[in-house]
Amino acid sequence: MKRLSVVLLLSIMINVSHAQLAIRGETVYTMAGKPLRNAVILVKGGKIEQVLEGAMVKLPEGYKVMEAKVVTPGLVDAHTVVGLTGIFNQKHDQMQLETSEPVQPELRAIDAYNPQEQLIEFVRNLGVTTMHTGHAPGALASGTTIVVKTVGNTIENALMDSGMVAFTFGESVSSNFKSPGTSAKQVAMMRNEFLKAQDYLKRSSSRDPEKRPAPDLRMEMLSRVLLKKTKVLFTAHKATDIMAALRLQKEFGFAMVLDGAAEAYLVVDEIKKSGVSVILHPTMMRAWGDTRNVSFETAAKLKEAGITFALQSGFEGYVPKTRIVLYEAAIAAANGLSFVDALASITINAAKIIGVDNRVGSIEKGKDADLVLFDGDPFEYTTHVCGVVVNGTVVSETCK
Amino acid sequence: MNFLFRLIALVCIVMTASAQAQEKPHVFRGATIYPIEGDPIENGVLVVRNGIIVSVGPAQSVTVPSDAVVVDVSGKVIMPGLVDTHSHIGRGSGGDRSAALHPDVRILDAIDVRDDSFKKALAGGITTVNVMPGSGHLMSGQTAYLKIRNANVIEDMLFCKDPLNDICGGMKMANGTNSIGEKPFPGTRAKSAAMVRQLFLKAQDYRSKIQAAKGDTTKLPKRDLEMEAMLQVLDGKRIVQHHTHSAYDIITVLRIAKEFGHRVVLHHVSEAWKVAKEIAEAGAMCSVIMIDSPGGKLEAAELSYKTGAMLEKAGVVVAFHTDDGITDSRHFLRSAAFGVRAGMSRKKALESVTIAGAMMMDLDKRVGSLKTGKDADFIVLSGDPLSVYTHIEQTWVEGVKMYDRSNPDDRKFSVGGYNVFRSGNAYDTCEGE
Repeated sequence: MKRLSVVLLLSIMINVSHAQLAIRGETVYTMAGKPLRNAVILVKGGKIEQVLEGAMVKLPEGYKVMEAKVVTPGLVDAHTVVGLTGIFNQKHDQMQLETSEPVQPELRAIDAYNPQEQLIEFVRNLGVTTMHTGHAPGALASGTTIVVKTVGNTIENALMDSGMVAFTFGESVSSNFKSPGTSAKQVAMMRNEFLKAQDYLKRSSSRDPEKRPAPDLRMEMLSRVLLKKTKVLFTAHKATDIMAALRLQKEFGFAMVLDGAAEAYLVVDEIKKSGVSVILHPTMMRAWGDTRNVSFETAAKLKEAGITFALQSGFEGYVPKTRIVLYEAAIAAANGLSFVDALASITINAAKIIGVDNRVGSIEKGKDADLVLFDGDPFEYTTHVCGVVVNGTVVSETCK
Repeated sequence: MNFLFRLIALVCIVMTASAQAQEKPHVFRGATIYPIEGDPIENGVLVVRNGIIVSVGPAQSVTVPSDAVVVDVSGKVIMPGLVDTHSHIGRGSGGDRSAALHPDVRILDAIDVRDDSFKKALAGGITTVNVMPGSGHLMSGQTAYLKIRNANVIEDMLFCKDPLNDICGGMKMANGTNSIGEKPFPGTRAKSAAMVRQLFLKAQDYRSKIQAAKGDTTKLPKRDLEMEAMLQVLDGKRIVQHHTHSAYDIITVLRIAKEFGHRVVLHHVSEAWKVAKEIAEAGAMCSVIMIDSPGGKLEAAELSYKTGAMLEKAGVVVAFHTDDGITDSRHFLRSAAFGVRAGMSRKKALESVTIAGAMMMDLDKRVGSLKTGKDADFIVLSGDPLSVYTHIEQTWVEGVKMYDRSNPDDRKFSVGGYNVFRSGNAYDTCEGE
C-alpha cells in the first residue's frame, strides 16, 4: 500500500513536471525573429513542442491553457551571486568571496551554491529562469561560476553548465587584500601566476614521470584557462583596468568575457577590436569607488558599437541584496537601448555569452520550455510578471 | 576691447536674469497638469510669478496676464516638484560615536551645498528634501528641510528664516539593529527604548523647570542645547523622523510617542504591512522605502512591495523616500510606480512623492501641490509620471529653471558618465537604510 502511494505520488509529480501547456500570448517575443502576434506556444515533456502563429490556432486536447498579454523567454541573468549570497546578509549566508588569498581559482561554485536560498525563489517569481552565478568580484581570482536553472533541490538538479573562472582588476581587490595594494601589482601578480601555470603545463606533459609536478588544484585550473577549456569572467570597471585585463588576455591567449565595465564607453573601440563579449554592470549600479563613472547609456553605446553584451544583476554588499535583471534592462531601454535589444540582453544574448543558447534564451522548437508571462509591457514599472514556467513546469502563477 | 567687455557684461546680466525668479509672469500652456490636490487637468495652464503659483487650471478658465512669457509645453506632463522625506545627499554628518543620542547636533552645519548630489536630485525632479543624519544612533541629530535652490551657503537652501530660532528640520531617530553597538550605544532593543525614554523624561523635567520659573530669568534652568531641541520635540514643533523596520520596533516607536506625546513619522517601515491597523489607529504617517528585493539585513528580510498599498488601505498617510544613496534620487518616481504595481491607487501614489511628504515636514502649505499661492516648484515630464520611459525634462524651483535635460551640462547629471559625480555619492558616508 505504502509502495503503491509512493508510485502514485511519483507519477503525479512526473505528470506535473511534464505538464502539457498551451500558452497564448497577444505578443510573443521569441527572440528568434520578429515578435509574433496572437501566437501559441505548445509545451510538452519540458520542451517547446511548437510555436503557432495566428488567432485562429486550434488548441489540441489535453493541454493546460494559459494566456498573457506578453510572453518572453525565461530571463537569463548573465551574472549574479545569488545562491552563494543569501537574503540575510549575515556571515553564514555570504559565501561569495574568500579573502584568505587573492588568487584562488580552484574554489568551486558547486561546493557553495545553496539551491534552497530564498532569493532564488524571489528572482524566479520575477521571471529569472537561468542564472550565471558563483564567486564574486573582489579577488584577483575568486573561484569558479556555474550556470543554473532557478529550480532544483540540489546543485546537481539545478546545474546546466560549469561556468567560468572569475577574475577581478580594480580598487575592490586592493581593499580586500593587503597585497596586491596597487593596480600595477595586481597585473604583475596575475602575470606571475600564468607564468607558473605555463611551466606547470609544460612539466605535466613530460615523458619522465619524475619530472612531472605534484598535482595542484590552482595550477590545474589556470592550466584549463591557458588551454581555453575554461573561460575567464574578467571584472574590470575603470578604463585602465579594462585595458590591463585585455592586455593580460592578449599575452596569455585565454578566452575571456569582460564583466562590469563601468567605463566601457571610454574604450569602446579597444573592446570591439579585442572581440570579447561584455556582461555589463546592472544599469542602476551605484556610482562609487571603481564604478563612480557609471552611466545609464553604456548599454546603448555598446549596441551602437556592435559589441555583443548582456546585462546582469551583479553583486550588492547591502541592499538590494539582489537586483532584478528585468528592472535593469528596463532602465537601459529608457536610456537609448531599443526595447528588443534590452530584452535580448537578458535573454538570448545573455544565453549566448554564458554558452547555453542551445537550450535557453529564445522561444524555439526543441528548446527548454522556460517562459515568462506578463500583463503588459515587461519593462513598465506597473506591469506584473503573472506566470513563470521552468522546464515546462509552471512555478509561479500569481502576479508579482 | 570695449565691445568685448560689454558683451561679457550683457551675457552676465542675461545669465543672472535667467537664474532668478521672473518678474514677468510665466505661463506654461498645453500640458496635462497633475495638481495633486484635485483631478488631472487636460490642456492645462500654469501661471507663475515671482516664484509663486498665480493660477492653475484648464485653458478656458485661466486668465493669462497680457505681459506673460508663454512656454508651450503641449504633450508634456506637469506635476509638483517632488518631495523626498529622507535623503543623505549633500555629504552632511550627524552625531559622532561619543554618544547614542545627539539632540543638539544639526546637520545643517555640515552640508556642502555645492555637492553634485543636489544636481542629481534635481535631475530626479526633487525640489524639497529632508536631509538626515544616519541611522547608526538612537538620535543622530536635527535634520534639515531644504529647497534645492541655487545656493552659495546652506542658508540659501533652508525653508526656515532663522536657524537659531526657527524649526529648520526634524529630529532623526532610529531603533532596531542599526543603532545597537558597543558602549555608549545600547546593546539590546529594550536598552535602546530605556535610553530614549530617559532622555524624554529629562526633557519633561527641563520643561517643568522653565514653566516653574514663570518668566523669571533668574529662576530659569541653565541653557542646554540638547534640552532646547528636545523641548521643540515635546512641544510638537519638531517632528521626529524615525528610522524603523521590524513590526515590533514600529510598535515600540508608537508606544514611546504615546507616552511623551511627540509627533513622529515612521521611516522605511519594512514590516509595516504586518501592523498597518495599529499604525492607522495611532495616527502616524509612514514614509516607505522601496527596495528591489528583500533582505540585505535581518530586519528587511520581509520587506514587501505591498507595504504602500496595505498602509493606504488601512488609511495611513503614505510617502516614499529615496534614502539616497540607498536608492537613487533620479529614480524617485519609480518608487511610486512600484507602489501602484503592488496595489496602491494612482492618486495616492502620486501624493506619496509630493503632498504626503510635505505633510510629514509641516511644509504642505508651501509645497507638494500646484495651487494658487504655493511655491512655484514643478517638473515637466515627457509623459506619464509612472512610466519607465518617461524622462523628467525640466525642474523648476520657485519659478527658476534649475534643471533642463536639453542642456548637456544638466543632462549629464541624469545619465552619469566620466567625472560627472566628482565626490561619489552618499553611499560611502551614510549609515544606510
